[in-house]
Amino acid sequence: MPVLEAAGMTRRERYEQKQRLKSLLIAAASTVCVIAALVILVPMAPGWEKVQKSFFDGTVLAKTFPKLLDAFTVNVMIFAWSAPAIAILGLLIALARDAKSPALFPLRIFGAAFTDVFRGVPVILTVYLIGFGIPGLGLPRPWNSPFIWGSLALVLTYSAYVAEIFRAGIDSVHPSQRSAALSLGLSERQVMRDVILPQAVRNVVPSQMNMLIALQKDVSLLSFIGPVEIFRQAGVFKSLFANFTPYVGAAIIFLIVTIPATRYADYLMARQMRERR
Amino acid sequence: MLPYRKSTIEKVIIMSKRILGAAVSLALMATNAIAGGHCAADKTLTAGKFTIATGNPAYYPWVLDDAPESGQGFEAAVAYAVAKEMGFAEQDVVWVRSSFDEAIQPGVKNFDVNMQQYSITAERDQVVDFSLPYYTAPMAVLVGASATDTKPTIAALKSLKWGAVGSTTAVQKIASIIQPTNDPLLYGDNADVNAAISANQIDGAMFDLPTALFLSAVMIEGSKVIGQFPAASSDNADQFGMLMEEGNPLKSCVDEALTSMINSGSLASIEAKWLQDTTGVPLIK
Repeated sequence: MPVLEAAGMTRRERYEQKQRLKSLLIAAASTVCVIAALVILVPMAPGWEKVQKSFFDGTVLAKTFPKLLDAFTVNVMIFAWSAPAIAILGLLIALARDAKSPALFPLRIFGAAFTDVFRGVPVILTVYLIGFGIPGLGLPRPWNSPFIWGSLALVLTYSAYVAEIFRAGIDSVHPSQRSAALSLGLSERQVMRDVILPQAVRNVVPSQMNMLIALQKDVSLLSFIGPVEIFRQAGVFKSLFANFTPYVGAAIIFLIVTIPATRYADYLMARQMRERR
Repeated sequence: MLPYRKSTIEKVIIMSKRILGAAVSLALMATNAIAGGHCAADKTLTAGKFTIATGNPAYYPWVLDDAPESGQGFEAAVAYAVAKEMGFAEQDVVWVRSSFDEAIQPGVKNFDVNMQQYSITAERDQVVDFSLPYYTAPMAVLVGASATDTKPTIAALKSLKWGAVGSTTAVQKIASIIQPTNDPLLYGDNADVNAAISANQIDGAMFDLPTALFLSAVMIEGSKVIGQFPAASSDNADQFGMLMEEGNPLKSCVDEALTSMINSGSLASIEAKWLQDTTGVPLIK
């Protein structure tokens, strides 16, 4: 006892330490139990052997994984040019919906209609309509490429969501900020650019991270109109081997990218909560 | 008198009972001969019924009007002929629909055999069972209006922009035989390939010959089947088999039925009836 007193721990701290240790042990024990149950019970299911052969075949995975990685570069490419376009278009739509001048009323209507339409239509439909429809009008190559029009479909759909998030960010900046800036003699334009937007954008960064992660997965929808990205490549292997393991391989590649991104978004969100408190 | 008469009556009754009994048992034996005595007995999903899966939708000329129950179309006709050969009456054939993925997923199947132009490959054969081939399909090249003057040579085909249905063996054939200069674009089904050809996003696509002829004649305006790969060369031939669950005991019965249909020439006559003559399409050199 005297030794502990010397370490500077009060009785309360000792009690709390004991509690922490106890809950740690309980958490560890329960995790081990659940994992053990999964590892032991699942293979006991009568169909496990077939499921394992269909979804977790090591040789099929080894054969297909390098090519899946190759195909994933197509996803990365489409993502790389779509994301900046979405950010810019999304911000423009948000600003259009927020236009205050009466003369700009048509712009507000346009912004509202745009978000309504593209948020309301399933992405895959937009991809089909724009990806096959516009090239069908008779554009010459390479301007009828499914890469261009498929990407445009993604950009339109995602800008609608991103614009709404930006708008929420703009609304989250207190009106007193605007009044104060206006009273200092700043123009409406300056107020938006120098006072409101910097705060608004900062507020919505975590939410926009989630949109990036969603976009990263939805790039695969372009496979429906031709591009052989990872999902289509996995489908080709699935048909060739009559085995679903390539899909699991594709899922692994997606997770390698999305898990760190998701964790980062969580971290940003938590930090923002702390700062606001 | 009376006892005698009585006994005669008894005899008559006994006799008629015997005859009736024999007739009934004979009738029972007759039905047993179909249900119990045949190879397929107790091996099907539902006793006495033969459940066949087809695509959703099922395409011409394999199944007419998406109605396999009519027996119209090549695969529907073959299905009923095989069922008859195996001892099933027409009304005992049950149709269900399935996708490729449902056919290869692990676990219990909802069909005895699945017929939708499944090409038999060594890799697939490890996971599912195939019957003997019921059709050997030459692969053919279908081109859109802008490329109809392409010559049917490998050299000329290389420079085309290619497309195919991603789940078919055409993908491997394009990669191994044609080796095009541009990466092919792949699609989910025939209708999407059709849309891509119409939008001029691809020049040509590879299908089995009957499908290519149908698409060119009915679906895609201005398109043309410019050539076929010789079906005889073994590495090019696409053989269609009925797909069954791995280890399905029914396989030997189906194979037996198909063999007798091949030997009797009835399979060939079904083919002649439903699939058009394909000799007019030039061979690709």
